Amino acid sequence: MTQLDLIRNFSIVAHIDHGKSTLADRLIQLTGTVAERDMKAQMLDSMDIERERGITIKANTVRIDYPAKDGRTYVLNLIDTPGHVDFAYEVSRSMRAVEGSLLVVDASQGVEAQTLANVYHALDAGHEIVPVLNKIDLPAADPDRVKQNIEDVIGLDASDAIPISAKTGLGIPEVLEAIVARLPAPKGDRDAPLKAMLVDSWYDPYLGVVVMIRIMDGVVKKGDRIKMMQTGAVYGIDKLSVLKPQMVDIAELGPGEIGVFTASIKQVRDTRVGDTITTEKKGCETALPGFKPAQPVVFCGLFPVDANDFEALRDAIEKLALNDASFSTEMETSAALGFGFRCGFLGLLHLEVIRDRLEREYDLDLITTAPSVVYHLYMKDGTKQDLHNPADMPDLTYVDHIEEPRIKATIMVPDEYLGDVLKLCQDRRGIQLDLSYAGSRAMVVYDLPLNEVVFDFYDRLKSVTKGYASFDYVLTEYREDHLVKMSILVNEEPVDALSMMVHRDRAEGRGRAMVEKLKDLIPRHMFKIPIQAAIGGRVIARETLSAMRKDVTAKCYGGDATRKKKLLEKQKAGKKRMRQFGKVEIPQEAFISALKMDS
Amino acid sequence: MKLSASANPGPVEDWRQGGFGIYLHWPYCLAKCPYCDFNSHVASNVDQGVWAERYLSEIRRIGQETEGRVVNSVYFGGGTPSLMDGETVTAILNEIRATWPLANDCEITLEANPGAVELGRFAAYRDAGVDRISIGVQALNDLDLQRLGRLHDVTSALAAIRLARSLFGRVSFDLIYARQNQSLQDWQDELQQALDLEPDHLSLYQLTIEEGTVFARRHAAGHLKGLPEEDLSADMFDLTQERCEKAGLPAYEVSNHAREGQESRHNLIYWNAGDYAGIGPGAHGRLTLNGTRWATEAPRAPNTWLKAVEDLRSDQRTALSREDQAIEYVMMGLRTRKGLSMSRLNALGAGTFSPNRLSELQESGLLLVEDDRLRATDQGRILLNRVIAQLLGA
Repeated sequence: MTQLDLIRNFSIVAHIDHGKSTLADRLIQLTGTVAERDMKAQMLDSMDIERERGITIKANTVRIDYPAKDGRTYVLNLIDTPGHVDFAYEVSRSMRAVEGSLLVVDASQGVEAQTLANVYHALDAGHEIVPVLNKIDLPAADPDRVKQNIEDVIGLDASDAIPISAKTGLGIPEVLEAIVARLPAPKGDRDAPLKAMLVDSWYDPYLGVVVMIRIMDGVVKKGDRIKMMQTGAVYGIDKLSVLKPQMVDIAELGPGEIGVFTASIKQVRDTRVGDTITTEKKGCETALPGFKPAQPVVFCGLFPVDANDFEALRDAIEKLALNDASFSTEMETSAALGFGFRCGFLGLLHLEVIRDRLEREYDLDLITTAPSVVYHLYMKDGTKQDLHNPADMPDLTYVDHIEEPRIKATIMVPDEYLGDVLKLCQDRRGIQLDLSYAGSRAMVVYDLPLNEVVFDFYDRLKSVTKGYASFDYVLTEYREDHLVKMSILVNEEPVDALSMMVHRDRAEGRGRAMVEKLKDLIPRHMFKIPIQAAIGGRVIARETLSAMRKDVTAKCYGGDATRKKKLLEKQKAGKKRMRQFGKVEIPQEAFISALKMDS
Repeated sequence: MKLSASANPGPVEDWRQGGFGIYLHWPYCLAKCPYCDFNSHVASNVDQGVWAERYLSEIRRIGQETEGRVVNSVYFGGGTPSLMDGETVTAILNEIRATWPLANDCEITLEANPGAVELGRFAAYRDAGVDRISIGVQALNDLDLQRLGRLHDVTSALAAIRLARSLFGRVSFDLIYARQNQSLQDWQDELQQALDLEPDHLSLYQLTIEEGTVFARRHAAGHLKGLPEEDLSADMFDLTQERCEKAGLPAYEVSNHAREGQESRHNLIYWNAGDYAGIGPGAHGRLTLNGTRWATEAPRAPNTWLKAVEDLRSDQRTALSREDQAIEYVMMGLRTRKGLSMSRLNALGAGTFSPNRLSELQESGLLLVEDDRLRATDQGRILLNRVIAQLLGA
């Protein structure tokens, strides 16, 4: 156990690409925590997807022993938090587990929207914040302008910001000294009953569920019987360790310390981020405040491209769900896409990450249906329903009104693109809340419906600003609006996988875009095919796919019989990827393209 | 004759309904046309004596297996068979006559290019017994002939037709349409020009980009511009049917038009699923032997074939099940105006297609059943690949 005044717990707040992981790597390296030969770039991002996308999904932690200039050796615990809005709750919990933050800002760029959200989490948690200007070795670095930017945008004194280059190692010793000198030591009572926060948990194939905790009060030892206050479940601690970043066993953890334990817990689902852990007997009276159960926000259908992969998909989803309590699933059947799952996610990134992992780690080809948000349906009989799937929309005569989730979105953008960003937000039914400038960058705050954001908003924002905008949001409230279910009919048959909830005023535009796209995607048949978008029984957009006019082989003689027969067999095999709607066959690729959010 | 004990023996006499033909493949050309995916090769030095010897040896070998059959047709295809010496053709036809009895109306066709070299041999071919010439005219427009990689011009094509008519009883020629930048009007004019020559038989093919050709590579690279879209190519096809019909040359097959009685008997053997011996590099055959119908295929490379004949291993044989035979009969038979015989198809066994599929296609006006014949309507023929796929469940 370490004495309190020799502990410093901190996190790093930074925008993607501003160098958070590189800085973490340098801290680990300079203190000799990991031998040089064991270093790999971005030590803490352990999933391939994390490393590839430069994002952190799971909280990671590392315990660093640092001999400071004052002659004493400190224990520094770095919690590397998820940096994305989808994981806002996880971020807020991680922030509560530490006392301070390093705010890393790219000295050639300035503060981004995502940084802002995480700084607010840090300020909410009462953190001491040390600004760090990274990439000062770049010719484009402008530390003075960026310091001013930090003061303007965040209102934080940046006069003693530390200039560094995580890439070259410049300034890293100063950062370590500042952690010791400027961040506060944790507080806690060793003699009080155990009170620890569950910061994160994950599944390890050898150890089972591993739980990361921060001790607030009391002491925990190997063999202790502990209780999760939310679930009431009791476990015996099998193994108690700290992460360096590999597990190193430790006899006990006391106040202010961060470590992990295993306790024969079967599923990650049995552990709740933010829960309070205490001892089975003589435990603490009150839990830590702020616990919230995970709440999926965005839903979509996941279907195997090859129907034979359904069982494999089921297995893969079950395995992933074991390790991710925030991801919900239920079976879904679609006439268009066969058997699959309706899945709920914390946000779009979470959706993409899960889909990528299913495709890569389990080698599955998936079709993802258009993401949808959760609508609140207020029925005429006074009951309330949650709608996760547009296909489940009840008859409108039973519905009194519909509410949709709204968000508060913060967008930071160079001023030359501001006009396009404002137009995009207005087009998406946004209401402007604020517009301010910091230097040549504008910060706009909009109240937007989430369903307009899950539909290709990021892509549009990226394209109108050439990638220079940054975007972040928080969910605010549910609000009533004129929402309708739009169905797509091909040759008079509704295609369930393509139905969607839209605002009445946007229905014509969306319907037109969809039928035009489908007209190009569905191959011609021997008869003409009407393609329609409809609200209830009313058609709001229509295209007609004309009949195929000619498909005949010009030359077919004695030598061609064998070849033609092979072609026919190939056609038969290709038919497996076709879906039948009445008389119309739609290739699966058409669904994939139609559902892509780029229309 | 003893029936073989193997499973699914095909009806022994079945091939007789389609006839028996001999196909000889001459693999050489002076130049390779960029659209052509046939088995053709360019070589500077061909020893025709060796080739003649090998053809004769193949004729004798297949003759032993098919002894006593009456030959309905002999066809020299290629490549460019009009590059064969008169003596080569003479030797081959003499051997064929010595091997099988020839039907009284046996048709002997040779494909020819209109080049000057080839024209000089026409008389020798006639003397050898060739009675039908099929000339690869391809276009009646010099610029397009060049684009198609042809070595002749329109003048020499017309001269070839004139000369052929003076020597042979039956003359056909080929045109390729739906070419780059060809308008409907262009094709109408060119077709009219062709019909004004009053041919007895015309093969009119829409240009098809075949895999592995120079055109395919250029097409993939986006360099083959101005090819007609589906609507224009359908209009061209429809126009072709209408004009030829009016001129007394109705289509008796998708791309083949003839006056009554002037149809190519040889090609009808293919479409009516008769038997044919395929002799020469890459040649395919269908032979019914002891109750089993075989698909035969010879090695494609000329020198490999020469060697294989010498070693008496000149073709690979695959037995066709009744179902395979039925599928082939449907695929080939529906190409013709007369269609196929339902009773013959049924004799190959039920289950080639479900009655539901057939009635759906009949209801859509794409297929017709009349007097035991199943055939495609005009509307069905232009969509034949789709119709066949739907009928056979692909």
